[in-house]
Amino acid sequence: MASIEISAVAKSFGPFAVLHGIDLDIADSEFIVLVGPSGCGKSTLLRMIAGLESVTAGEISIDGRRVNELAPKDRDIAMVFQSYALYPHMSVADNMSYSLRLRKTAKEKIAAMVSDAGAKLGLAPLMERRPKALSGGQRQRVAMGRAIVRQPKAFLFDEPLSNLDARLREQMRAEIKKLHADLGATSIYVTHDQIEAMTLADRIVAMHGGVVQQVGAPLDLYDRPANLFVAGFIGSPAMNFLDGRYAREGAVVLPDGTRIPVAPRENLAEGAQVTLGIRPEHVAIVPESPMEAAVELIEPTGFGIILHLSLHGLPFKVFTLDREALKAGPKVPVAFPSQHLHVFDAEGNRAD
Amino acid sequence: MRASKILLTGAHRLAILAYIAVALFPLYWLLKVSVTPNRLLYSEGVRMWPSRTTFEHFEFVVAHSAFPTFFKNSLIVSGSTAVVVTILAALSGYALSRFSFRAKYWIVALMLLTQMFPLVMLVAPIFKMLSPLGLTNSLTGLVIVYSAFNVPFATFLMQSFFDGIPKDLEEAAMIDGATQFVAFRQIILPLTLPGIAATLGFVFTAAWSELLFALMLISGNDAATFPVGLLSFVSKFSVDFGQMMAAGVLALIPACLFFLMIQRYLVQGLTAGAVKG
Amino acid sequence: MPSPAPTDDRRPFLGRLADASQPYLYSAPSLVLIVAVMLVPLVLGLSYAFRDIQLLNPFSGGFVGLDHFRVLGRDQDFYRALKNTLWWTGASVFLQFFLGLILALLLNKPFAGRGLAQALVFLPWAVPSFLAGLNWAWLFNPVIGPLSHWLHALGILSEPLNILADPQLAMWGPIAANVWWGIPFFAITLLAALQAIPNDLYEAAAIDGAGPVQRFVSITLPFLAPTIAITVLLRTVWISNFADLIIVMTNGGPADRTQIVASYIFTQAFRRLDFGYASAIALVLLAALLAYSMLIVLLRQTLLNRN
Repeated sequence: MASIEISAVAKSFGPFAVLHGIDLDIADSEFIVLVGPSGCGKSTLLRMIAGLESVTAGEISIDGRRVNELAPKDRDIAMVFQSYALYPHMSVADNMSYSLRLRKTAKEKIAAMVSDAGAKLGLAPLMERRPKALSGGQRQRVAMGRAIVRQPKAFLFDEPLSNLDARLREQMRAEIKKLHADLGATSIYVTHDQIEAMTLADRIVAMHGGVVQQVGAPLDLYDRPANLFVAGFIGSPAMNFLDGRYAREGAVVLPDGTRIPVAPRENLAEGAQVTLGIRPEHVAIVPESPMEAAVELIEPTGFGIILHLSLHGLPFKVFTLDREALKAGPKVPVAFPSQHLHVFDAEGNRAD
Repeated sequence: MRASKILLTGAHRLAILAYIAVALFPLYWLLKVSVTPNRLLYSEGVRMWPSRTTFEHFEFVVAHSAFPTFFKNSLIVSGSTAVVVTILAALSGYALSRFSFRAKYWIVALMLLTQMFPLVMLVAPIFKMLSPLGLTNSLTGLVIVYSAFNVPFATFLMQSFFDGIPKDLEEAAMIDGATQFVAFRQIILPLTLPGIAATLGFVFTAAWSELLFALMLISGNDAATFPVGLLSFVSKFSVDFGQMMAAGVLALIPACLFFLMIQRYLVQGLTAGAVKG
Repeated sequence: MPSPAPTDDRRPFLGRLADASQPYLYSAPSLVLIVAVMLVPLVLGLSYAFRDIQLLNPFSGGFVGLDHFRVLGRDQDFYRALKNTLWWTGASVFLQFFLGLILALLLNKPFAGRGLAQALVFLPWAVPSFLAGLNWAWLFNPVIGPLSHWLHALGILSEPLNILADPQLAMWGPIAANVWWGIPFFAITLLAALQAIPNDLYEAAAIDGAGPVQRFVSITLPFLAPTIAITVLLRTVWISNFADLIIVMTNGGPADRTQIVASYIFTQAFRRLDFGYASAIALVLLAALLAYSMLIVLLRQTLLNRN
């Protein structure tokens, strides 16, 4: 297993810069998830680590060794593609053993390693089939098997679950996590799905516009998002944002004059333009609250209920487990507990 | 509604049958005359099938003419050309499909240009270039010339097949430890077998048909290919239609066999290209 | 796609060179062959247009400047061949395209035995062109072929004569052979394009209430247009250069009525062995075809820009 260092890495295609100076240190056997909307550069970064894209500037090292100029085959990494990229003309066993055969591993050893990996993934009865004769989930497993069979320095995953249906995706997500616990392999995982990021990662790297927005443990990103982008991207339903002005005694004043008390922030001036953030699951419905919001829409999800509310014309959402909310009248009293409030300055950065 | 639908279907099948009839009739006629005994040739000239058939023309052509030599020469020339062109076109088609490089535009332009000018114009210069090398009057010379003529189109054909194969596959192979060339050989080429078959067949048929350069670069029977032989046959035995057509039928066989094997891949290859464009 | 060489590449120069030269290595064998056997002879051939090259005349070979072109400007046979080329190419391309399109539409509909039908109707393409020419020449020959008798029976011909010997009708012989031989090319290309049209477009149009004719005009034709444009362009160029059928069937006769520019070049070069003059004609033909292609490409560009 290996550590990976990425320092000041940039990438442009002709005049188009897609990555601007990325710095990231990945520890041995860490599970890193690169997350962000499509076009944020996460896949490009992954492909650069794999050696499938050249590095325009900066340096990528694996185990302290610069690999910028190394061909993919010499980096000793494995990759699981979104399309799985299984070789259609080879059986499952041949797909999994291809890398070992290229390395001229002894036949008996190959057989042992392949059947070992096959057993781990429950592929044993499928070994002689062609990819065409497999279901989506089985193909995904073969792709995983092909990656683990040769015990590489690191695993790269490029949106490996996005071609599966929701149930299978959940199941494979758990299996990937188990596999990582088993093998302890350094892993870099690209996804646009924040749930995958939250559930799998040791650390999440949130990316946007070719720039790293925040690096941290999943709950860090959830509890203390560094900026509006991370705040809005992590969590579902997404965080509510309300624009207002900061009052030094510890409140945010909404345009309609409503004062929402917050803990005082050091770096904000009186009257500064701010955005107040609160997650739907943190909005409280309390009978004695003086603040009343109009109910626009009620969405029961089975597990909980999402209320679409409007506070003097400002839309926001509430997520609650309380079935009583289904019967919510035209107005509900709500409160914004100050320990759950996030304040962002005019540039969109977190203010503490 | 139902009646009109049946009518439409009937018209569709009739139209298909009409096309098949038109496509096959000349070939049928060739076959018919080739098995008509000389005695009946004129008296039963427009009958759809002679009252008595014979294989004497075929026997004569195979046993008493230089036909077997022509046939062998043509097989050698067309077969070698098909193999050479397919290998070259697979390589250059792969380059056009998978790399973006500065000269790409110029290579495509050059290949398009070669499809544009009258090849007649090249006969004299090629003759002058090949004759000091001892490549006139030789099958090798013909293979070289035919290969050059067929490489551009074959390159475009192979490119369209490569374009239909996801790039992920060779990237996966390269991560698995292959160089790009190994990935090309072990992963991409086996998946392009239909394309390779189509290209082989296409080039074989084209080389089998070529008349002009065979006529100009080859003199004498020893290295003559089928078209040249058949044409000399026509001028020598111009009254013996039965024998000429028997030779024609034999000339037709390899080309048609090859074509029947590959024709569905041809549509496939062109579809792959169309999807991309 | 491996992108251009990175700016910060610390490999030795040779390593970078090996990487950058990869596409060239793949295309080199084909390019060498094309340059050696087509481009060099082409340039040589072009130079012959300005020289006096007669195979049987040992004193020939001198530079004659534009003499060949001056002669060409007064050559009535050349002008006739030019007119014949337009007629030959226009009629062949139009009929091949029109009949090929119908065939492609017929084959695009699923039916039992489609694979076999497709193989059979495409078969003429596999027939060597010289054999197709001979075959049709025999069919038109009233002694052994039925065509003239049938045409007579239909009242098209007053007598069952060989139309290849009739100056008024001779050109129809090679055109018929060419159409028969070339329909599959159009049908195959158009069928491939048809199969690439997504089916849900037709379904959406049908739900929107479009009839078969409207669907053809508003979906099929626009989708086929690029393919049609490029195939017609390529075929036009190719057929104007295609002399095999004419040489085999009529040799330009009777009375030069079927002589096209390409066969005229052939006649000049191999009957009269005047390669200089033949090259001059070929140069003019090449220029005309290039101009034609440019015109089509420009036209297409303007049309695309307007949309």
